[in-house]
Amino acid sequence: MELKEEGARTGDGPAAEVPPLRRIVVESETVPIRVGDYAGPPDPEYGKEPWQLAAGLDGEPTWIEERMRTEGLSIAYGDKRAVKDVSIEVNSGEVLALIGPSGCGKTTLLRSLNRLVELTPAAKRTGRIILDDQDVDSFDVTHLRSRVGMLFQQPNPFPMSIFDNVAYGLRERGSKKPRRRQLEPIVVDALERAGLWDEVSSNLNHPALALSGGQQQRLCIARSLAVSPEVLLLDEPCSALDPISTGIIEETIVELRSEVAIVIVTHNLQQAARIADRVAFMYLGDMVESGPAGQVFGAPREARTQEYVGGGFG
Amino acid sequence: MNIEVRTAAPGPRPKPGRRARPEHHTGWSIGDRVGLAAAWAAGISLCVVAAVIVLFMAWKGLQFLHLDMLTSSPEASMDQSKSGGFLDPLVGTLLLTVIGIAIAVPVGVGIAVWLTEYGKPAGLARLVESGVEVVAGTPSIVLAIFGLLVFQQGFMGIFSFTAAGGAVFGRSFIAAGSMMALIALPLVIGSTREALNSIPRHVREASYALGKDRASTIRRVLLPSARSGIATGATLGMGRICGDTAIVVVLLGASMQTTPESGPLGLLRGTGSTLTSYVYNNSPAGEGNAPDKAYAAAFVLLMIVLLLNFVVGLIGKRNKPQWN
Ligand SMILES: Nc1ncnc2c1ncn2[C@@H]1O[C@H](COP(=O)(O)OP(=O)(O)OP(=O)(O)O)[C@@H](O)[C@H]1O
Ligand SMILES: [Mg+2]
Repeated sequence: MELKEEGARTGDGPAAEVPPLRRIVVESETVPIRVGDYAGPPDPEYGKEPWQLAAGLDGEPTWIEERMRTEGLSIAYGDKRAVKDVSIEVNSGEVLALIGPSGCGKTTLLRSLNRLVELTPAAKRTGRIILDDQDVDSFDVTHLRSRVGMLFQQPNPFPMSIFDNVAYGLRERGSKKPRRRQLEPIVVDALERAGLWDEVSSNLNHPALALSGGQQQRLCIARSLAVSPEVLLLDEPCSALDPISTGIIEETIVELRSEVAIVIVTHNLQQAARIADRVAFMYLGDMVESGPAGQVFGAPREARTQEYVGGGFG
Repeated sequence: MNIEVRTAAPGPRPKPGRRARPEHHTGWSIGDRVGLAAAWAAGISLCVVAAVIVLFMAWKGLQFLHLDMLTSSPEASMDQSKSGGFLDPLVGTLLLTVIGIAIAVPVGVGIAVWLTEYGKPAGLARLVESGVEVVAGTPSIVLAIFGLLVFQQGFMGIFSFTAAGGAVFGRSFIAAGSMMALIALPLVIGSTREALNSIPRHVREASYALGKDRASTIRRVLLPSARSGIATGATLGMGRICGDTAIVVVLLGASMQTTPESGPLGLLRGTGSTLTSYVYNNSPAGEGNAPDKAYAAAFVLLMIVLLLNFVVGLIGKRNKPQWN
C-alpha cells in the first residue's frame, strides 16, 4: 500500500478564502472497505438493526446502540468558531472516525464530549450533548469524565508504577480507600482488555514511564478502561507510535468496540479505513458528511469529502 | 554538491576553490578572536580558582582536623590545644538547616503550586512573584535584623528566652531557622515551579479525563512528578542555609556552646552557633584567634556544602519523569 501526497492546491478563483485541501491518494488494491450490510436479527431492545462488518481486523458482528449524541453543537474560542452546528451520534458497537484537514475542529469536538474543552477559558459552547438520554451539563463533571474516557496523542502515563497507573481512576472514589487486593482483578482485567497483560504481568510494580511508547499508550487505554467508561475518545492516539505499535493499538480498538463506543480522530485515512465503521468528515468546523466508512470512502456524497478522501479508494 | 560553510562573523572571504572549514577560524575578525580567547581564559581561570580553594582548604583543614574535634564541644580557652572541638557548631548547622528547610519546603511548594496551577487573580499572582523576588534579593543581614525586630516582640516570647524584666531576647534556633527559611524559600519556589511547568498539559488533562479534580491531580500526579525539582530546591536551600553567617550572628546568639532553655522545646528556644559563626569567631577576624580550628571547621563546612551540591546533581539526573 502506498500513500501519495499531492501538493497542496493553490486557491484559484472563488476558493480564495477557503484554505486548500491536502489531497491524499491511496494506491492499493487491497484497502479494506467495510460496507454496512445487514446481517442477523434486529435488536428487539433498541429497535435498531445491528450491522455486520465486512472484512475488517476481526470481522466480528456487533450490536449498535446509541450512547452519546450532540444536537446543534457549536464551540467558539472567543470570536473564532471552531465547531459549527454539529449533530452526530456516537454508538457503542462501532468505531466512529473523525477525519478532516488540520484545524477543522476535530479535537475541539472530541474534547467537548467529556467537557474537557471547559478547561480553555475562552471556549464557549452552545447546543446540547446527550449521554444516555441525559444532558451532560446535568452531570457532575468528574462523573461524566469517568463515563467518557479519553486518550491523548502523546502517551502520558503518570510517574508511578504500572499497577498504580491503572488503579489511578479507581482510588479516592468512595470515602473508603480500596485495598490493593480489591483493585487487582479490575486492574488485571483492564490490562488484558488493553492487550498489555502478557507483557507486564510479571512487573506490575515497575515504573510505567520505563515502558515503550506503544506499551505506554496501551497502558493509558487500560487506565481509561479501568473506570469502565461507556465512551472512549481517542485523539490521534497512534501519531507518536511506530507501525507495529499502531497495529496492536488498532487491533485493541476493534476488539473494544463491542463494549465501548469509540470515537477516534485520525489524520491517517488508511487507519480510518482499517478500523472505522462510521466516518465523519469535518471541514472548517462544519460536519460535512458522516456515514458508513464504505460509503464515505467509496461513494462520498459531498464534493469536499470526495476531494479530501480522494478517488483512490475502490 | 559544493557546500560552503560561512561563519556568522564578517571576515575575509575564503578564496574561491578552497572550502572554508568551520573549525579553522579563518573567517573570524581580530575582535572575535580576542573575545573568544578571553572567554576561554576566564573559564579556565575559574576552574583554577575553584581547585585552589578546595586544595588549599583541604591542605589546611586536614592538617589541623582531628576526629575528636567533631565529637567534643568548644571550650573557652586562648590555648588552641585546650579550646575543644566544634561539635556544637556542627550540630547547630545541621539543626538550623533542618528547621529552615522544614519551614521552607511546605511553604515554598504551596506557593509554587498556587502560582503555577491557580495563579488567579493574576494581579495577586504577580504581587506574590515580586514578593518572592524581594525576599530573594534581600541581604541576609537585613533579614536577620528584621527577624530580631519580630522575635523581640512580647507575643513572640514563647520562641526564645524571656528575661526577668519581661524583655524578650529574640534569639533562638526557631528565630534563626525562620529567617533561614526565607533564604531557602525562593530556591524551593523556583525549582518547584520549574518542575511543575515542565509537566506537559496533557498529563494534567489525562488526570481530569479520568474524573479527578484539580486538588487530587495536584496531590497524586503533579507533586510526585515534581519531586526531584522540589528535592533540588530543598538541597540548594540547605546549601544556602549552611553557608549563611549573618543570621547566625544576629539571631542565633552565636554562643560558643549550644545553650538550651528549659522546657520540652528548650533546644529550639535556646541559642547556639554554627560552623560559619565558629569559623568567623576563631579566625583572626573574630576574637577567638584560633586559626587552626577555623581552618578545620571551614574545611568541614566546605565538604558539607560540596556534598549538597553533589546531591543536587544526582537528584537532577534521576527520578525526573520524561514524557516525549
Ligand atoms: N485553545 C484555543 N484557543 C483558541 N483557538 C483554538 C484553541 N484550540 C483550537 N483553536 C482553534 O480552533 C480550531 C479547531 O482546532 P482543533 O484543535 O479542534 O482542530 P483539529 O481538527 O483537531 O486540528 P488538528 O488536526 O491539527 O489536530 C483551529 O482553528 C484552532 O486554531
Ligand atoms: Mg487535533
